[in-house]
Amino acid sequence: MPSSRTLKLAAIGSAAGLFSGLFGVGGGTVIVPLLIFWLGYGERLATGTSLAAIVLIGLLGAIAQGGIYGNVHVGTGLLLSIPAVGGVVIGTAVQQRIPQRAVSLLFAALLIAVAVELIVR
Amino acid sequence: MMNELLAVLIAIAGGLAGGLVGVGGGVLFVPALTVFLGLSQVEGESTSLLVIVVVAVVGAARQNAYGNLNLRDAALIGVLSPLGVLAGVAAANEIPQRALELSFAGLVLLIAYELIRRALSRTPD
Repeated sequence: MPSSRTLKLAAIGSAAGLFSGLFGVGGGTVIVPLLIFWLGYGERLATGTSLAAIVLIGLLGAIAQGGIYGNVHVGTGLLLSIPAVGGVVIGTAVQQRIPQRAVSLLFAALLIAVAVELIVR
Repeated sequence: MMNELLAVLIAIAGGLAGGLVGVGGGVLFVPALTVFLGLSQVEGESTSLLVIVVVAVVGAARQNAYGNLNLRDAALIGVLSPLGVLAGVAAANEIPQRALELSFAGLVLLIAYELIRRALSRTPD
């Protein structure tokens, strides 16, 4: 019988897959708050762990799309990755210097934007 | 030229969001690829996965260096995510898409409310 902690992580993984499959958003959107609510994670640990989980989720999706359907434009994707990587390096550095609860408030703002986008879609 | 510049700026914003709040940034990468770089919706969504993986690898490595990463938990979440994809396909066949979107919007707003409530009820750290 798996521990309740393992079951919570399994539920978080399933929810992340469910929502990203249904709406194209939902990996980090559900992983970060559920790690905070269910496992008592601090905001920084939740966001770092979420990014590592997204590596796996994205790889599984990219392999399915790229391998089966050939829809991945590798060159364009890698070019767009250069400025995006610059952004994430700056973003993580800034995150270490702001209060953790500010991360929660930023996240809530992002969620409200996602909800509005879903409603007006 | 203008389109390429806007795509670069949106990509930077997507990366910033990844670093600040731990999301992949696909919400921003998909329009950068489709609206500004001319990919179709399917190509844009697929290619955004590649950008997300690159950003998430670098972001996770940076967070690991700062001491903010639980690799075991992350691996378990990632490995079990395909279960949810299967459930999603089943749900999409049973429930109208609009009802799913509105339910998810409601859920997301509840989560936002709870995050704000908790953040404001504790002292800054």
